[in-house]
Amino acid sequence: MRQSYKLIFERSREGRRAYDLPALDVPAANCAIPENMRAESKLDLPELGEVDLVRHYTNLSRRNFGVDNGFYPLGSCTMKYNPKINEEVAQLFNDVHPLLDADMCQGSLRLMYDMEKCLCEICGMDAFTLQPAAGAHGELTGLMHIRAYHEHRGDTARTTIIVPDAAHGTNPASAVMCGFKVKEIKSAPDGGVDLDALRAAVGPDTAGLMLTNPSTLGLFERNIKEIADIVHEAGGLLYYDGANLNAIMGIVRPGDMGFDVMHVNLHKTFSTPHGGGGPGSGPVGVKKHLMPFMPVPVLVERNGMIELDYDRPESFGRVKSFYGNFGVIVKAYAYIRSLGGKGLREASENAVLNANYIMNALRGTYEIPHDRICMHECVIAPGELLDLGVHTTDIAKALIDRGYHPPTIYFPLIVHEAMMIEPTETESRETLDEFIEAMKDIAREAKENPAAVHACPVTTPVGRPDEVTAARKPVVRYTK
Amino acid sequence: MRSYVPNTVEERREMLKTLGLSETDELFADIPADLKLNREPDLPAPMSEMELRQLITGYVLQNDEACLLFRGAGAYHHYIPALIPQLISRSEFYTAYTPYQAEMSQGMLQGIFEWQTVICNLTGMDAANASVYDGATAAAESLLMLRDSKRKNKILYSAGLHPDVIGTVKTYGHCHGLELVEIGLNENGITDIDCLKANLEGSAGFIAAQPNYFGCIENMDEISSLVHGAKALLVSYVNPISLGIIKRPADYGADIAIGDAQPLGIPMCFGGPYAGFMAAGGKLIRNLPGRIVGETVDADGNRVFVLTLQAREQHIRREKASSNICSNQMLCAIMATMYACTMGPCGMKEVAEANIAKAHYLARKLTELPGFKLRFNTPFFNEFVIDSEIPAGEISTALKDAGIVSGLVLADGGMLWCATEMTTKEDIDYLIEMLNIMFFEQDGDNETDGGTEA
Repeated sequence: MRQSYKLIFERSREGRRAYDLPALDVPAANCAIPENMRAESKLDLPELGEVDLVRHYTNLSRRNFGVDNGFYPLGSCTMKYNPKINEEVAQLFNDVHPLLDADMCQGSLRLMYDMEKCLCEICGMDAFTLQPAAGAHGELTGLMHIRAYHEHRGDTARTTIIVPDAAHGTNPASAVMCGFKVKEIKSAPDGGVDLDALRAAVGPDTAGLMLTNPSTLGLFERNIKEIADIVHEAGGLLYYDGANLNAIMGIVRPGDMGFDVMHVNLHKTFSTPHGGGGPGSGPVGVKKHLMPFMPVPVLVERNGMIELDYDRPESFGRVKSFYGNFGVIVKAYAYIRSLGGKGLREASENAVLNANYIMNALRGTYEIPHDRICMHECVIAPGELLDLGVHTTDIAKALIDRGYHPPTIYFPLIVHEAMMIEPTETESRETLDEFIEAMKDIAREAKENPAAVHACPVTTPVGRPDEVTAARKPVVRYTK
Repeated sequence: MRSYVPNTVEERREMLKTLGLSETDELFADIPADLKLNREPDLPAPMSEMELRQLITGYVLQNDEACLLFRGAGAYHHYIPALIPQLISRSEFYTAYTPYQAEMSQGMLQGIFEWQTVICNLTGMDAANASVYDGATAAAESLLMLRDSKRKNKILYSAGLHPDVIGTVKTYGHCHGLELVEIGLNENGITDIDCLKANLEGSAGFIAAQPNYFGCIENMDEISSLVHGAKALLVSYVNPISLGIIKRPADYGADIAIGDAQPLGIPMCFGGPYAGFMAAGGKLIRNLPGRIVGETVDADGNRVFVLTLQAREQHIRREKASSNICSNQMLCAIMATMYACTMGPCGMKEVAEANIAKAHYLARKLTELPGFKLRFNTPFFNEFVIDSEIPAGEISTALKDAGIVSGLVLADGGMLWCATEMTTKEDIDYLIEMLNIMFFEQDGDNETDGGTEA
């Protein structure tokens, strides 16, 4: 059962081919390239027949696990079902060149414009840019607004971004990527922002605060109004990390909570597939006072036409080529239009219900460090299983053998041996019940026969990898 | 209405009851009442799948895509073999996320290991990352690699980079307080060597493009020896489809090779999603941003692929990470790998040769028109700039009516034309015929039937 799988390079046989091109209907012009600029040798790429190539990738796909294979409660990643219709309609734009004149691509431009309007309404913001390609890219772009805002006011002392210790790793990394210093503040015992710590942290150097709400513990930040006041009174701006937006659609909006700038993850909240790690899309929403700084181009409607406006003197520039991950944007727009306002609210309600259902059922079997009604995800820990030498990693690997993708593990950092479970709204009660049963079964096995749990996974094509060797002697490409 | 929630209303009520609750609203008791929306979001009404299909088709119909395309400028119309869309639609790939659980993600991990190998072999470099968002962000990320490895703040970039790449580089550069210096092009449309020489001192490196935005093929050997003579690093931004015939970055000593993989089997899709690639030699591998897949073994000695060198990354290092990138463009990277492996060494060469042939036929035919001139007397790949006495905007507008998307109108009045293997002789002859009819009041048959080629 266990076996590694040949690389595509190891299947190569010289002279085989999987392509054919039409015969040239114009004269060859290779001589137009001077000899000293031409490739020196044949490219080292595999040569295969078409069927071998097709089987290679088909079999690779069988060694992978997606939402379509089974339950994937990866916390903070919102692994909800990816509707098939959205995949289909996005393909319809495949042949549209990005630099067509505006009158030739009104459909694409109009769709983006309409999408921006939908996101403004869902989030309570005044404008959105769809340019950022992923969540972290959105964070960076959002922070650039904060930077430009302070710079524009001549307030150049504001060089620090405050980040709670419970934040996603991308938050401090994005702040540094934007040229800020990072000040981390400790969380309060209930997992929320410690107001005293925040008051002590803010000052004339505060550019802003990055906050996820609900927090990475899956808990709503009850003091959000006080937090917003503290930051704003100190002259800073409030950034909303939209990773957890799936908890609150149609219920409460970041714009109404006092946030000045935010990003959303279309690949989380708005159902677009995660693609094995991307492409995502991380649109950024801003309040009016930040609009002048938005990246170019900005979509504007003039005389019934949507146009790309580059004439934005206060803009901080662009953050990628063209206009964003358009194909992803189409899928998310299709999702929003399918559900409408009522459907989005229903999605969030059920995401929260499902998370609480799991947390409630696991109470007593696992430790719940912050035991109150959670939002779209819950954070649990192994509790007494740790005394038996069974760690979060072991529980994760045991889940794999039971047919589940494990939750996010060892995050948030402020919970020892955390497991962050986000079921999403698209899972049925039976799926949740079966998962709960699997979690209880693992706890039982951990007590009766911990060695069996340590041996997991046994059903996968390979066993636990030796990660230390991988990092110490990196082999990152195939060589003959 | 579809929210993709499978549980019935009755089931939801029962689930609430297990929590000791009777109303859904009780789940949201932590949210201050005065912050709540207390209304439905004001969005268009929900719709069925059939209505949705009609809605999106309506947008598609507002695009005018049934056209002959002579435009590239960073997004290229290449043939995509049928097996790529079929295989990339395997939902085991596309509905997965980042392969943090290696044992159940070997397919994606191996696929990315193969992508890294393809990028290394195309560029000649030692190591590649698992992708970044696009070519522009690859260039922006390379700024930090240059700064960190040379500990210098001054970085040079070529005016021959795509304007969006330059724009992105400037945006990122500003955030880091870098001193960015643009190195202009000479009258031949390639790097002004004197300008480069004059600015190299004290710089961490130079980001050049090959071929550059105007299609011109740069003399990278000369650039490379100048840059290295000044103890700076060379970043080469390449069009991967050109590597079937043009020298690989490693062949002229580039330290970092970057670019956009879109030409390798990724649809144009109005500008994205594409995939940026980054490859480097030697010690620079530990400065690469983003995910990298490595090979190791399990306890039984089976070969296993894992995400590795994670000590560079944000989820471990937080504010000390080499970049903030998390999600990248894995699926697009797999598409590009499929493309490179479908074409193989011979196919990549043939496609590159076809691009050169079509572009040169197009250039020849265009320059046979009265007053149409190639701006640069420099070897080019699949794009080139034409200046003419007729304003470019007029040409572009007139051709639109004939169902032709002309070369891109440049701000300086030129037109950047592109042909790929998708462009047929018939397309080109039709274009020339239309230009003749529109601007020179000739039917053009005799000039454009191709019968005069030697």
